[in-house]
Amino acid sequence: MTNIPETGRTSRVTIRLVVLQILVVSLLLTLGGRLWYLQIRNGDEYTAEAADNHIQQVVVPATRGSILDARGIPLADNQTRLVVSANRTDLMKMKDKGKRVLTRLAGVLGLKPEDVAAKVRLCDAKTPKPCWAGSPYQPIPITDGATTQQALQIRERAEDFPGITAEPMAVRRYAGPGGSNAAQVLGYLSPVTDDEITKAKDSRTPLMRSDQIGRNGLERQYDTELRGKAGVTRYEVDNLGRVIGKAKSDKAQPGSNIVTSIDARVQAIAERELDQAMKDARKEVDRNTGTTYKADAGAVVVMESKTGRVVAMASNPTYDPNVWVGGISARDYQALTGKDSDYPLLNRAIQGQAAPGSIFKVISATAAVNAGYSFTDKYNCSSSYSIGHQVFKNFESKGYGPIDLGRALEVSCDTVFYDLAYRQWQKDGGNNPKHPKDWFYRTAHQFGLGKPTGIDLPNEVRGRVPDRDWKKRYWEANKDTWCKQGENADKGDYAAQIAKENCESFARMRAGDSVNYSIGQGDTLVTPIQMATIYAAIANGGTLHDPTIGKAIISADGKRIERIEPKAHGTLPFDRKTRDQLDAALAGVATQGSAAWRFGGWPQKEIPMHAKTGTAEVAGKQTTSWFASYTKDFTIVMTISQGGTGSGASGPAVRNIYNALYGLDDKGHIDPKKALLPEPQAELPKIDKDGTIEAQHIDNPTPPARREEGQDE
Amino acid sequence: MSADGFRIRRFAPRRSTWARLTDRDSVVRRLDWTMLLAALALSAISTLLVYSATRGRKELTHGDPYYFLLRNILNTGIGVALAAGAVWAGHRALRGAVPVLYVVSVLVTASVLTPLGATINGARSWIQLGGGFSIQPSEFTKITITLGMAMLLAQAVDAGDRPHPDHRTVLQALGVAALPILVILLMPDLGSVMVLVVIVLAVLLASGASNRWTAGLIGAGVLGCVLVWQLGILDEYQINRFAAFANPAFDPAGVGYNTKQARIAIGSGGLTGSGLFHGSQTTGQFVPEQQTDFIFTVAGEELGFVGAGTIILLIGVVLWRACRIARETTDLYGTIVAAGIIAWFAFQSFENIGMTLGIMPVTGLPLPFVSYGGSSMFAAWIAVGLLQSIKVQRPLAAP
Repeated sequence: MTNIPETGRTSRVTIRLVVLQILVVSLLLTLGGRLWYLQIRNGDEYTAEAADNHIQQVVVPATRGSILDARGIPLADNQTRLVVSANRTDLMKMKDKGKRVLTRLAGVLGLKPEDVAAKVRLCDAKTPKPCWAGSPYQPIPITDGATTQQALQIRERAEDFPGITAEPMAVRRYAGPGGSNAAQVLGYLSPVTDDEITKAKDSRTPLMRSDQIGRNGLERQYDTELRGKAGVTRYEVDNLGRVIGKAKSDKAQPGSNIVTSIDARVQAIAERELDQAMKDARKEVDRNTGTTYKADAGAVVVMESKTGRVVAMASNPTYDPNVWVGGISARDYQALTGKDSDYPLLNRAIQGQAAPGSIFKVISATAAVNAGYSFTDKYNCSSSYSIGHQVFKNFESKGYGPIDLGRALEVSCDTVFYDLAYRQWQKDGGNNPKHPKDWFYRTAHQFGLGKPTGIDLPNEVRGRVPDRDWKKRYWEANKDTWCKQGENADKGDYAAQIAKENCESFARMRAGDSVNYSIGQGDTLVTPIQMATIYAAIANGGTLHDPTIGKAIISADGKRIERIEPKAHGTLPFDRKTRDQLDAALAGVATQGSAAWRFGGWPQKEIPMHAKTGTAEVAGKQTTSWFASYTKDFTIVMTISQGGTGSGASGPAVRNIYNALYGLDDKGHIDPKKALLPEPQAELPKIDKDGTIEAQHIDNPTPPARREEGQDE
Repeated sequence: MSADGFRIRRFAPRRSTWARLTDRDSVVRRLDWTMLLAALALSAISTLLVYSATRGRKELTHGDPYYFLLRNILNTGIGVALAAGAVWAGHRALRGAVPVLYVVSVLVTASVLTPLGATINGARSWIQLGGGFSIQPSEFTKITITLGMAMLLAQAVDAGDRPHPDHRTVLQALGVAALPILVILLMPDLGSVMVLVVIVLAVLLASGASNRWTAGLIGAGVLGCVLVWQLGILDEYQINRFAAFANPAFDPAGVGYNTKQARIAIGSGGLTGSGLFHGSQTTGQFVPEQQTDFIFTVAGEELGFVGAGTIILLIGVVLWRACRIARETTDLYGTIVAAGIIAWFAFQSFENIGMTLGIMPVTGLPLPFVSYGGSSMFAAWIAVGLLQSIKVQRPLAAP
């Protein structure tokens, strides 16, 4: 058929063609395998990288919600100010790390160059505050109070101020309506840190670099709600960063407003009265030490008896929360947190703890009833009480002879409670306890002591009930120190003798411990908010509420209202009869007992007043003044550390707060027109259609503008 | 005309063109349609991908988004016509013209080194023609080297004088290959040199030349690489490409940028891709040279594993049919030509796709049938034409 010789094929060539074919197949398989590996195995990873590549995000911060008082008056809101910021990235690119620019800026703003430099340095373990804790890529605010003139100077001479911007921005304002302060309740904001961004990354509310977050108080507690959600506009960009389209964008959701149960007017009065009481106490001479009272700290809580809502909460010493706005200065920060500061950031109402003194006796009385002692039986109120060679004095009182528990509360007779506690201690087995009932301790726990009340504020402390468990644990932790110190006991060193005693027997519940405990002295620690919760519970029939400050979370458009309803965490362990007996006794305190001299002329018929005074001993310090009181609607607990006696130091202040609430004058006449809050504010403020919450009238709604550093007016 | 099929029909009655084309023994019926369809499918996909990669690039398209689309269709058309020409002429007929083609090819390739040449991406391997056209002569060298070597190596064997080419012939054939390779090495167009070396190896292998030649050549290749490296013939950009290949984290904004962006594009495609024209990497022009050397990334991103796998599969089909042709042809000349083309397509595809997948270093090699570019499209289609011609002119099985 063909003239072409068929000599082309030899077996060698055929084999080699097969080899070639195998090579080709393996090359193609390699490609296929690698393609599978990239696209199917690792596809997600590359998809994410592709998104990073071509999406640029522009963050539009959400407007932070306001914190309002019960009548809609802003306690914390936003204000437009001229903010001068420095872009650290730009500054670091300069040869002198921006030093020249910052010095020039300091000149324009009238600040010290070193202060400005301190504001832009980054925080680390070694750097003292102030420093920038936020992202280094974010503009760092130097001041938020630039004048228009200063801003114009910076803007017009942009070439002299590379990396510096001056722009109007919404900044937080703590308005202080009616002269109120509420610094510790409100808290403050500061820029988010890298750690926090990482932590919140996968949560429901991720953080943005530009975010400020609440650091304390309500700002922290309701941070998520207040912050809203920053809007993100996503642009698709090409390899040169040119925008080629708009990708899915999220609109900014402004933060919700929080309506609180705080009444700015009552808050202002509570603060003023607390401050005045402390000032007055400092004029009084302490008979024990012979010096005037230090009155170094104090707190007052005004609570709705029936709901546990907090109407006012003041802590002293205090500070102006506006110092945080726009970055805190070195001096201010030192004043707030330095070793020689009086720690004004602490909210003493929930973080200050002390022995309760006699206001604890309502718990001891209940414990005695529960242990089987009748409320109405007569108990001997002697002027002192002896166990062995130990003598326990009737501190605030004197000998009244045989009286019932109610009268013992009225006159605050210590010895009645000593006796009950001692007998109970003996019943529990004394120094060799067998299945002790520990009624006095158990009752304290049932009253909610030794654990946080659950108030909607961060960092509440738990206090302490010095029961057998605690004593054991405490002894374990301290015995080594005590026992070592106790070795010197023979030399007549008093502290060493105590140490020796503790080394030997602290782990046990000793008779003296129980006796002291029954009148609220010794190792017991309570916070003002715990005592307010307890007295409010006595007032309302026994319900221990979680105190709340937040009353409602209202979305920015006003359409979603989430009410924060009062929650209970327990009921007091007494029956109706005992409650009424306690109630009557506490009324007696105000009318004929230890607080009566502070409630002269009080219209007890119209507004039944109940009170209990307390003066707690603190080793090495002056006594703590306690004053717990309630009407059917309000409970007020006040304490002054190193302030003297309960009725002496705190009494007038508490009465003045009641006077303001009910519109009373000094003589006890009620003027309904002057009453700030004759009964609790039940309704939420009115919300307009556009979401604006209507504020009711208040005198002096905002104090005169804070004078800024460097302001030239 | 040496094919007997045509001679027999000289005495047959005159038939219509249609009848002649569809006749059982006709050229058309004997074409390898599977390969043709696979190659056509690749060219069609190519047109879509090129369009997707270029429609937004105003600086390239001069404002006409269809600029590259139309040109690619034109290139494919010319390529198919060239293939038809090759079939019509017949590879054995071309055998006589091989010396001329070879000389012309070497001269044109060498002219690139003269002021006629243009430098693109560091290699002086282009000749600018008027009207925006340019050719890359090294693409055609792949054909002429194959044909030239095949002619020399098969001569004595096909004549029935020897079972295998002797050493002298092999040496001559190597000389034929060496000349254009040296010229291209001077450009320097390292990618093409690599392909040419692989072609030479495959050609020697298929020719039945002694194993020692194959082994020796591989040894020489290795030695050559070492020499090239040592003597610094490589430009810095070429060394960097290899460094970036060895260490993908190497300078991601510079050399490694290409490979990284290519891998992101392909990897983000997943199973079915982002959809044609919807790839963010492609739309955002993150991958450089995307319509030419990195065309596979468009497929990877927008068509996903399914689409990109289809391209590999289609190339596989072309190679499979080519292997069949190489096996079934009876003359050594055809076998060698087919083997050379197989090696060329296989290696160049592997290198091109491999570099986008990060398993091969980056070199400026187009993906046959898919990358935009006239020269490579024409060369690939001429090669298909040659393969078809080998199949068509194979003696018919004895009745």
